[in-house]
Amino acid sequence: MSASTTFRIRRPGRLVAEAVTLLVAAAVAFPLYWMVLSALKPAGEIQSTDPRPWTLSPSLDSFRRVFDQQEFGRYFLNSLIVAGTVVLASALIAFLAATAVTRFRFRFRTTLLVMFLVAQMVPVEALTIPLFFLMRDFGQLNTLGSLILPHLAFSLPFAIWMLRGFVKAVPEALEEQAQIDGASRTRFLWQILFPLVFPGLVATSVFSFISTWNDFLFAKSFLISDTSQSTLPMALLVFFKPDENDWGGIMAGSTVMTVPVLVFFVLVQRRLVSGLGGAVKD
Amino acid sequence: MTTRLDVAEKRTAATTLPAPRGTTRTGRPARRTSAWTPWLYLLPALVVIGGLLVYPVYQLGLISFLEYTQAQVSGGEPTSFKGFGNYTTLFTDPQFWQVLLATVLFAAACVVTTLAVGCALAVLLTRVRALPRLALMVAALGAWATPAVTGSTVWVFLFDPDFGPVNRLLGLGDFSWTYGRYSAFALVLLEVVWCSFPFVMVTVYAGIKAIPSEVLEAAALDGASQWRIWRSVMTPMLRPILVVVTIQSIIWDFKLFTQIYVMTNGGGIAGQNLVLNVYAYQKAFASSQYSLGSAIGVVMLLILLAVTLVYLRLLRRQGEEL
Repeated sequence: MSASTTFRIRRPGRLVAEAVTLLVAAAVAFPLYWMVLSALKPAGEIQSTDPRPWTLSPSLDSFRRVFDQQEFGRYFLNSLIVAGTVVLASALIAFLAATAVTRFRFRFRTTLLVMFLVAQMVPVEALTIPLFFLMRDFGQLNTLGSLILPHLAFSLPFAIWMLRGFVKAVPEALEEQAQIDGASRTRFLWQILFPLVFPGLVATSVFSFISTWNDFLFAKSFLISDTSQSTLPMALLVFFKPDENDWGGIMAGSTVMTVPVLVFFVLVQRRLVSGLGGAVKD
Repeated sequence: MTTRLDVAEKRTAATTLPAPRGTTRTGRPARRTSAWTPWLYLLPALVVIGGLLVYPVYQLGLISFLEYTQAQVSGGEPTSFKGFGNYTTLFTDPQFWQVLLATVLFAAACVVTTLAVGCALAVLLTRVRALPRLALMVAALGAWATPAVTGSTVWVFLFDPDFGPVNRLLGLGDFSWTYGRYSAFALVLLEVVWCSFPFVMVTVYAGIKAIPSEVLEAAALDGASQWRIWRSVMTPMLRPILVVVTIQSIIWDFKLFTQIYVMTNGGGIAGQNLVLNVYAYQKAFASSQYSLGSAIGVVMLLILLAVTLVYLRLLRRQGEEL
């Protein structure tokens, strides 16, 4: 495996390459470092025209301001509810649909698959206008449902498309064996297939989680008057003021919003890799 | 960004030997269950997608042919059919063409830069030992995981004329990046590349690693030069991945909204940094011209549909089985 990387490299060349790699890594990580640093800086240092890349007196003032001034905790919870519901619901629904399109042959199967592919390309943003009226007609404006439902719909085509590969990777023989052993189809589905496809479900949920958690446009358009239903991205913008931006607050809020995604990434990373790795080796 | 991983899946499909396909087809056991079972499994997905994706697309098309402003929304006036009236208004508005051009050029710049940076770093990753590789991977994953809103706010802060470290470092004084049209676009481009190159890098790197080492060794034994190996062996083998990555980037960068909206404060001074998505949003929700906004949405939909058709054709040419 490493043969492809080693057979052509001379040593000084590699040292230069490694130095460049480390430099690039530092540059890529810098914005995130600066975000956390600025969130921890005391107010005086942030508003300084001579910004220093360290701080000697870290303080949690900005975080305190973020949580006190606004109902940031509530927005955080709202974001979590929306993303969590979408992840769970889309995983279950996509699992059933992916099983249908891989384990059965039926009319319109290929048509459906092409539709799922095309549906992934639909610009979510263009649909904000009709969705706005749809939500209004269903009395869903200003509710978390107005975020959950569209995100569920937009994450499904991709989730189905992706899970297909994982369901396909489970050998047919296993199903025959289960049938011979007298397991019903439902039992095979939930007790055998589901656990086997689970790594794929995790990988899929990373993507529905991120797209839902990051949502800005729907929250901005559908949660117009009821701020108690606001989600994090909206809450963050409150700190932008026409003349004097509260950078400490913005950076602290950004940190609070970024950390769950990073945690989620780290948590599922092993499953993600093993899931994909398994599929690749197959 | 939602479709990043299907690249991984494509890779899988591309590297899998065709053997299992045949066995799947012939070895499939006869089903005794009713023909309705797959439809039963598909039902929840179809209901959700039909109601919240297909129906809104139809509605979008419909609204774009109607007279639909604040008066109609509040029920004060009946909606009336305008035919292609909205499209005529749109296509005769010089600002629309200017925004369309800006969108295409900006998306192209983002795609090219992202691909160049991503591919270059992927190649770099194959030439270093584990530790530097891990460092870059972790940093890239961090950038990848950063939500678009927070990424945008952080980059604006980095380039802030008063308190940002970048101007300080480059000695630019209080140069305002968001004031000029091109510098504002450049700033957004940097952020976009920062958060989207990791996807390209990780995918292409995985693609390079998936090339069997025997192939490269054989080429080297046959006396192929470094450049020749790259051009005649690796590029063709990476082609399927490069196609997917490129198409995904096009779709993704064409639909940019959050970055432009947050970083240029809703489209820049006098709308100088508008792209189609933000333009449609401003038309619909800021000036209540819902039908004009919908017409812009339809234009975007058609452009992306064209990209999708190209993608499908390329997939078919590669012999992908659906």
